[in-house]
Amino acid sequence: MIEVSNLTKTYRVHKRTPGALAAFKSVFSRKYEAVEALKDLSFSIAAGQRVGFLGPNGAGKTTTLKILSGLLHPSSGHATVFGFTPQSRHFDFLKTITLVMGQKQQLLWDLPPAETYAMNRAIYDLPKAEAEHTLTTLVDLLEIADLIHKPTRQLSLGERMKCELAAALLHKPKVLFLDEPTIGLDVSMQARMRQFIKRYNEEFGATVILTSHYMEDVAALCPRVVIIDKGSLIYDGDLKALVKRIRPERRMTIGLAVPATAESLEALGTVVSHEEARCVISVPAERVNDSVKHAFSALKVADLTIEDPPLEDVMREMFQKNTAGAAEAS
Amino acid sequence: MRRTLRAYPALLRVGFAEMVAYRAEFLVWILTSNMPLVMMGLWTAVAADGPVGRFASQDFVTYYLAVLIVRIVTNNWLVWEMTMDVKQGTLATRLLRPISPLVQYSAEHVAAIPMRVAMISPVILVLLWVGGKSLMFGSFERAGVFVVSLLGAWLILFFTMVLIGSLALFVQSALSIFDMWLALHFLLSGYLFPLELLPAWVAPISTATPFRYTLAFPVETWTGKLAMASAWHDLAIQWVFVVIMATAAITVWRKGMRRFVAFGG
Repeated sequence: MIEVSNLTKTYRVHKRTPGALAAFKSVFSRKYEAVEALKDLSFSIAAGQRVGFLGPNGAGKTTTLKILSGLLHPSSGHATVFGFTPQSRHFDFLKTITLVMGQKQQLLWDLPPAETYAMNRAIYDLPKAEAEHTLTTLVDLLEIADLIHKPTRQLSLGERMKCELAAALLHKPKVLFLDEPTIGLDVSMQARMRQFIKRYNEEFGATVILTSHYMEDVAALCPRVVIIDKGSLIYDGDLKALVKRIRPERRMTIGLAVPATAESLEALGTVVSHEEARCVISVPAERVNDSVKHAFSALKVADLTIEDPPLEDVMREMFQKNTAGAAEAS
Repeated sequence: MRRTLRAYPALLRVGFAEMVAYRAEFLVWILTSNMPLVMMGLWTAVAADGPVGRFASQDFVTYYLAVLIVRIVTNNWLVWEMTMDVKQGTLATRLLRPISPLVQYSAEHVAAIPMRVAMISPVILVLLWVGGKSLMFGSFERAGVFVVSLLGAWLILFFTMVLIGSLALFVQSALSIFDMWLALHFLLSGYLFPLELLPAWVAPISTATPFRYTLAFPVETWTGKLAMASAWHDLAIQWVFVVIMATAAITVWRKGMRRFVAFGG
């Protein structure tokens, strides 16, 4: 169980204008600015949930994960993870969690991943037989048997990320904080990572909190999303409900056997794009059935698909609304 | 504590494996630590016409070779690693492990000692050949004090590096502080000159600060320049400095942890 209540984090940032004169002035007088990375943030996550933690750049996602994993001390408010106060860095707490940062690695750069695994076994005080069994399972799941004896520096990014996950999960943590775990990976590797994370969650009942700018990660893994912007919570709930709330319309893509006129398409809904053999139409959710019937009767349809609007669009719209709302309020 | 002790051999093994991976850079570092050899050449030339204080030419050779060995065994450059870890945020990786980062750092540097000793073994052989009887300790008592003083010197230097490295959590220029410390260390530890050859006013400063106990004290104990009664006295002071430096370093480190911002990702 993760409980976050009224969490605030303020960074003190040194500010100066560029140039030699400003640099000289800053020797004698420094200007600091307080940047509120988190403002009164509260939420709770039950054990075993998979939650997407979303927000634009600088929203405070990584700061929250760093506080929850004990790296940062909050300025005020409280956070507990399975009953532990993260910043106390209790041995049992650190054994309960793992933090995987797509842009940082714990693997020893010049040694094979197997050395990191041996070191982690000792550091986490894992019984040898248990650690070996877990490692064998992870090596099989991630398909890294032929990688773990090569020096880390000679592995590709995707290979390294898989080995990194094995290192992060060797102690079978109950909570996975995943900060951009698929960043820089190719599409197939991203899909395999998602598959693995889902399987780990289902097999071990682990709680997963994921931040990612790849909306496919979120759509595939997280039934629930927590969205923050400028350090404040703006949504906490079901992903599908969010999509419906922000973009109540569905997206109908029609492959045309015979080109159609603009007027005939406008009768179905709002035309998003129109090419000779393909068009995309935005249709209010309650009118989808009527629009489909009308499309088949009025047009020569080769194929037709109905989807939710892209999650990226939903997010963009949500952040725009939030920014506009904040500007209006001020 | 028991968990840390159980994990320590694995940390040492990994530290040693990393050291082997960096053996070429390591050898270059050892070869660049040649200042004592330069000073040895200078002082033996000066002493050719007659002893300088208690030091004849032969004594200078023994002294500087001992300085070279003690320094290579006890010295570490942890401050560079710590400031980089703080500035680039890579300290986060160490903090996520359920073992103190200071224990991790210590294991990495202890693991380097066997490799350092192996690499300077030719110098040790030369020293034993040149120094002859004066380096054979003469008694188990002297040998024992020397070994404990080496450990004390290592600990003082380690905690000094932790202290200065932890300052990177408070100020941007921890490495400038390190440069200032290094300049004082060269002068007051006996690295450049035997302390007894320096002006009289230097001695009280050297003995009232940890510098003397990081180098000159073990070297003087080994080379027989220090009477046993004085060696025991200095050993006691050295370990008082170990406690002081450890307390200061751990206090600053803990306070600094509240300010860590884990930059970069």
